[in-house]
Amino acid sequence: MVAHAEDVVPPRPALLAFAARWLLTTNHKEIGTLYLWLSFTLFFIAGAMAMVIRLELFQPGIQFAQPLFYNQMLTMHGLLMVFGVVMPGFVGLANWQIPLMIGAPDMALPRLNNFSFWILPFAFTLLISSLFMEGGAPNFGWTFYAPLSTTYGPPSTDFFILGVHMMGISSVLGAINIIVTIFNLRAPGMTLMQMPLFVWTWLITAFLLIMVMPVLAGVVTMMLTDRHFGTSFFSAAGGGDPVMFQHIFWFFGHPEVYILILPGFGIASQIIPTFARKKLFGYNSMVYATVAIAVLSFVVWGHHMFTTGMPLFGELFFMYATMLIAVPTGVKVFNWVATMWRGSMTFETPMLFAIGFVILFTIGGFSGLMLALVPADFQYHDTFFVVAHFHYVLYPGAIFGTMAAVYYWLPKWTGHMYDERLGKLHFWVAVVAVNLTFFPMHFSGLAGMPRRVVDYSLQFADFNMVSSIGAGLLGLTQVLFLYIVIKTIRGGPKASARVWDGAEGLEWTVPSPAPLHTFETPPQFPPVMDRDVDEGTPIRNE
Amino acid sequence: MTSFAGRLKCGLMTSVLWGFSHPAAAVVLDLREGVTDMSRRIQELHHLSLWICVVMGVVVFGAMFYSMFAHRRSRHPQPANFHESTLVEVVWTVIPVLILVFMAIPATTALMDIEDNSDADLTVLITASQWKWHYQYLEADIGFYSNLTTPDEQINNLAPKGEHYLLEADNPLVLPTHKKVRFLVTSNDVIHSWWVPDFAVKQDAIPGFINEAWTRVNEPGLYRGQCTELCGKDHAYMPVVVHVIPEAEFNQWIDDQRLARELASGEAVADRAKTWSIAELMTIGEQVFLGHCATCHEPTGLGQGSTYPALAGGVIPTGPLTAHIDRVMNGKADTEMQAWAPQLSDRELAAVITYERNAWGNATADVIQPRAIYAAR
Ligand code: HEC
Ligand SMILES: [Cu+2]
Repeated sequence: MVAHAEDVVPPRPALLAFAARWLLTTNHKEIGTLYLWLSFTLFFIAGAMAMVIRLELFQPGIQFAQPLFYNQMLTMHGLLMVFGVVMPGFVGLANWQIPLMIGAPDMALPRLNNFSFWILPFAFTLLISSLFMEGGAPNFGWTFYAPLSTTYGPPSTDFFILGVHMMGISSVLGAINIIVTIFNLRAPGMTLMQMPLFVWTWLITAFLLIMVMPVLAGVVTMMLTDRHFGTSFFSAAGGGDPVMFQHIFWFFGHPEVYILILPGFGIASQIIPTFARKKLFGYNSMVYATVAIAVLSFVVWGHHMFTTGMPLFGELFFMYATMLIAVPTGVKVFNWVATMWRGSMTFETPMLFAIGFVILFTIGGFSGLMLALVPADFQYHDTFFVVAHFHYVLYPGAIFGTMAAVYYWLPKWTGHMYDERLGKLHFWVAVVAVNLTFFPMHFSGLAGMPRRVVDYSLQFADFNMVSSIGAGLLGLTQVLFLYIVIKTIRGGPKASARVWDGAEGLEWTVPSPAPLHTFETPPQFPPVMDRDVDEGTPIRNE
Repeated sequence: MTSFAGRLKCGLMTSVLWGFSHPAAAVVLDLREGVTDMSRRIQELHHLSLWICVVMGVVVFGAMFYSMFAHRRSRHPQPANFHESTLVEVVWTVIPVLILVFMAIPATTALMDIEDNSDADLTVLITASQWKWHYQYLEADIGFYSNLTTPDEQINNLAPKGEHYLLEADNPLVLPTHKKVRFLVTSNDVIHSWWVPDFAVKQDAIPGFINEAWTRVNEPGLYRGQCTELCGKDHAYMPVVVHVIPEAEFNQWIDDQRLARELASGEAVADRAKTWSIAELMTIGEQVFLGHCATCHEPTGLGQGSTYPALAGGVIPTGPLTAHIDRVMNGKADTEMQAWAPQLSDRELAAVITYERNAWGNATADVIQPRAIYAAR
């Protein structure tokens, strides 16, 4: 990763060369690295905001954050985590891995790839800079419901709108690139139904992105015209409807939550077979289940809106459709368990994170099923029960998924093995901290604590204190993760090409670290796997 | 502005003083049972779905943990070879579908009853605004605002927090037992949501639209909830308090309210007849200001940045009087500055405007009489 500067530019002053290399690069690996570092940086910023939130909620009463500032923190935390951490993180993984996994020399549209990335730092700088503007940053929650965000939004809302447009353009271009790459650049002989599942889930994610990011762009544009150009899309006074905002938003928002999780499914489907040393169980049903989830995700948006005064028929429709999603999701979980069944498992860090993903994500899935039942949702809705639910699917889902992927492929990217002891330590502390942080939220929600409050009544105090302690611990694990990653980049035991003895797939046929240019001539598919793997994971008989 | 470290110290100290002093309540992990038939049905539905999830979790995670134990490499060095089985896959698709149908039936019947708003004995129009509720009894033609009463000292950790911290209001909604009460819910500004957990009633208040909900409470008591939709700065400070009393008492209460209204209008007449001194108005005005305006404009009148303008030295509070009266009485459309004419009496309005024009160095020396407000209505 570090030694290839000379490939790109002739000798120039070091700083300039460095800047030019990263600004102008069209190499999928370098762009992948950029995406991952951007995601990691924003993870620390958005995480710091979560720390402010948890510090304030440590006890009842106002201690550290005034209400208006608190609302800005929870809004920015949500926006940055969704759009700045999870999405770019997954795109970074896609950039690195999709060409390697399908045997392509690069992404199909390398310049577009560069452009997609370089929009993002500007979009997020714009968004974060709103914290320092008159009137403060957006303070209406990441769901930015009208009219709180339109008529009543702070002036910085317009910067937020522009920022969302920029992120949307980046995502759509990135998604187009991924689709084109997957359809056109697969190694000769690799049919769609032979693609690794990570590639499959990303293909479906990319279609979701293309379909819903324009809807998001539409809704923020309608906000903009409502705010400045005299329209009344979301204002009843002018003949519009604030609930229409929610319909449009969640028509984007529900597929969006699957955008945030499907690549994670793909990652688990790569890692579990590797460390179970057994082929993925039910490959076909995995693909079909992912497609089914993606299709269903377009007809369940109403389950975010049961209390808005939806007619009975609408409530029933969205309830049944939502419950139906449990079926393909269940199929995936059962397939992972069946993959492990009678395998020959070892538990290196990527496997630990993947198993943590499956178990904790499933818990989030269970609470999702409970939330689907409309009468019960009337009690759960907009309480901390919902906060617990979506943090269970997003932290151990999207974030554990990404971390599992980083541990899994880091030796391929850097050529070094990470420190296994530290990796395991990271996992165990993270698992404890995640549960300490988010499990009590179920209880405070059931007891009646609304979400997005800066202060709460005394009955919720104990649960909140535990959550805050957990969150502090969870914050510390990120520092450990950063340390492990940097340590691995700088050195460590040399990784072999195959890295893991159970690993299958084209990415493990190129040397570690993967050279800047790979598969300049199309590889043979299916590949012959190298038997020379790292110490500690002896070769098994096929 | 104190330093962060200072605040941290202060926060920790107050935590030692007050934070842990709340009565040690038993830890409750369950959804509340509540006090209506519907809230109990919903709790049962919650238990049903929870236990189904627990059982499925035990089965799935049990298989996983067994496999992790028994099929780890040191015990099971040779992995098996199977990777599909149509029968198994069909089974674990069909069984979940059956379980879902089993859950959907009670959910559907409960939902149909929740949505049956017909045959109400009593209708209450609930109107939300930042950050208070207004209750209007449509049949009896009585209405009032309901505001948080928790003092700022408790919120800012300067006094011990009371038992019902943040869940206490000046005028609770009063309802009779055993009557089907229909709620019409709407809002004047942003979206709020009216929730009483013990009734299992949660309904969004949407500006320009009216939503319906209903309840029938069997047990008298005080029930507490909160606004559950983020509605701006003081979203956390918007309690819902409902006082449920037997029907006879309720009828008495309605009569009392009518009487009180007549008394108040008599008082208003007296207020108008009297010429008030600036000292009297300033005293009342300060109370009104602290109670209703200071959350945005700050007790110092300095406001909060550009979001809430400073009134000390402000353009309107030191400018022409009619503009000031107009702004306070009618508010400014599409901003958080709401119309106060419907919420405050002539006396209170006269007092708070007098106060704003003479406090914090605003030396206009204007004295506004309640009769001037009456004339401006
Ligand atoms: C919910 C927050 C909020 C509350 C409560 C509130 N105000 Fe305001 N007030 C505002 C905002 C926001 C403005 C600025 C409106 C604008 O011009 O955009 C404002 C403006 C004003 C102004 C005009 C200031 C100027 O120079 O432009 C006056 C006078 C005023 N408020 C008086 C009051 C009084 C009296 C009360 C209490 C009865 C009160 N406000 C309560 C938010 C509030
Ligand atoms: Cu509210």
